Amino acid sequence: MTDATVAEAPAAPSTRSAGRFLYISGVVLLCAWVLVPIYFLLVNTLSSPNTVNSFPKPLFPEFDFGSLAFFAQFAGMLTALKNSVLTAGMTMIMSILIGAPAGYALSRFDFRGKELFRLLILLTRAFPLPLLALPLAVMFIQTGLDDTTFGLALVHTTLAIPFAVLITFSLFSGIPLELEEAAWTLGCTRLTAFTKVVLPLILPGITASAIFAFVISWNEVFAAAVLTIENRTLTAFLLQNLDTSPLHLKFAGGFILVVPALIFIFAVRKYLFAMWGIANR
Amino acid sequence: MNARLLPYMLILPVTLFLCLFFLYPFVLVAKQAFTTGAGFTLDNFREVVSYWKFPISLKNTLLLAAAVVPIQLALSLLMATMVTRMEKGRDLVLYVWTIPLGISDLAAGLIWLAIFEQSGFLNSMMHGMGIVDKPANLLTFQNPGLVFVAIALAEIWRATAIMLVILVAGIGLIPKEYYEAAEVFGASPWKRFVRITLPMLRPSLQTALVLRVIMAFEVFAVVAALGGTLFPVLMGETYAYQFDLLNSGAAAAMALVILAISIAATLVILRALRVPKGATI
Repeated sequence: MTDATVAEAPAAPSTRSAGRFLYISGVVLLCAWVLVPIYFLLVNTLSSPNTVNSFPKPLFPEFDFGSLAFFAQFAGMLTALKNSVLTAGMTMIMSILIGAPAGYALSRFDFRGKELFRLLILLTRAFPLPLLALPLAVMFIQTGLDDTTFGLALVHTTLAIPFAVLITFSLFSGIPLELEEAAWTLGCTRLTAFTKVVLPLILPGITASAIFAFVISWNEVFAAAVLTIENRTLTAFLLQNLDTSPLHLKFAGGFILVVPALIFIFAVRKYLFAMWGIANR
Repeated sequence: MNARLLPYMLILPVTLFLCLFFLYPFVLVAKQAFTTGAGFTLDNFREVVSYWKFPISLKNTLLLAAAVVPIQLALSLLMATMVTRMEKGRDLVLYVWTIPLGISDLAAGLIWLAIFEQSGFLNSMMHGMGIVDKPANLLTFQNPGLVFVAIALAEIWRATAIMLVILVAGIGLIPKEYYEAAEVFGASPWKRFVRITLPMLRPSLQTALVLRVIMAFEVFAVVAALGGTLFPVLMGETYAYQFDLLNSGAAAAMALVILAISIAATLVILRALRVPKGATI
């Protein structure tokens, strides 16, 4: 706080610019704090396996794709990558299809049990959800869903649904009811008013919340490790092989995990804040 | 369609889904924890608690949470206030600061492994500066303190973003008039922060802390990547019961222990930061 405090204080120009300097260097420092570790991972990924295991490390990447090539031909790795994408894709679709209607209901209707319903949604967020994977492992064996990407996607959907409901709730709340009412007076039914007026407006936001669901599934480790054995996702595969795999494999795998996250957070950055603003109160 | 039934139709999918994949598994996990084949028993809990690793992993988990969460709270508050007074480059800085939000805990663990492993960047830089002449293995049982610091740093790096997002959204909801009024009466920036921002931010602080603390009790992949078995935590022990010891009853009991701690922490936070009755924002 001190730097920000100084920057605002009505003081002599010299202290003022000193405060401004402190403030800016604080911002730069915090950006570096986030970016530099990722940069180190990048350097490791773009170095040959020999360099990764040697000492001392160069501070710049040598743009050698040996590590990534090793990653790609490592037995089971590409299947794991495919499983990760599949699971995340299914999670994305399911959480929106199931979650968005509820978000719409919360923003448009006053109904009995609404508070109870919101409480249930919030409760799911406040529980250590990956733990559910343990009993579900048994349940899935009974139903034949064990060790399938679909079964895992169901668990990841449980993780993503609270967010899907809350994001769509805040998105729908941002579209005035009058727009829909105008459509009704012009001869639309509830359904056509929704598809023709609300849906086009809401689509970018829905996409953002779908991407968020994708990231949640993509990143999840514990449930994935518990529920899959043959059809491991990338996170589960990396975790399982932590003790045995060489460094360059770990870092290349970590890098492959990070890249989609970087892109997706960039894509949804506008919506990250919308959901917490309304959902909090 | 009947307008009174419509909202219930809309929330039906989520409700069914959460009953099947959230409430029902909880019943199952409880049942599994309290039975060993023949009737009600506390044997699973007795077994879990009396295991020599339990006190250590409980201590480690709580200690990590106690060390990491306050730092993250301070850091995210600082970052949030820095961002709100920013005019130029606000979007870029926010994007950079929220990048770790999309990065999985496993990837975060690997990123920090790149820094702390024996041929890693920390050793390389110390070597470059002439502090050490040959790379020391930092993450071993001889350096329990350093293992803890590495894990704590990775946790702070990874999970401050989620608190930042919630707090930035919360600060955005505080009416600007309050600050203007305070400025008219000559309140210093620090005073404005303590007397307006902090109290008005209570709902967001609640959400942020509850989410973060629960995540802290679930810490798993970061520890697996950095500390391995050097730093046992509750979630890692749960995983070990399920997989290495093939004792799902004990794993279920561990899950309930983590759940109990999470609920207790949630209640404490909600109580400590409750908004006084009648106060509105």
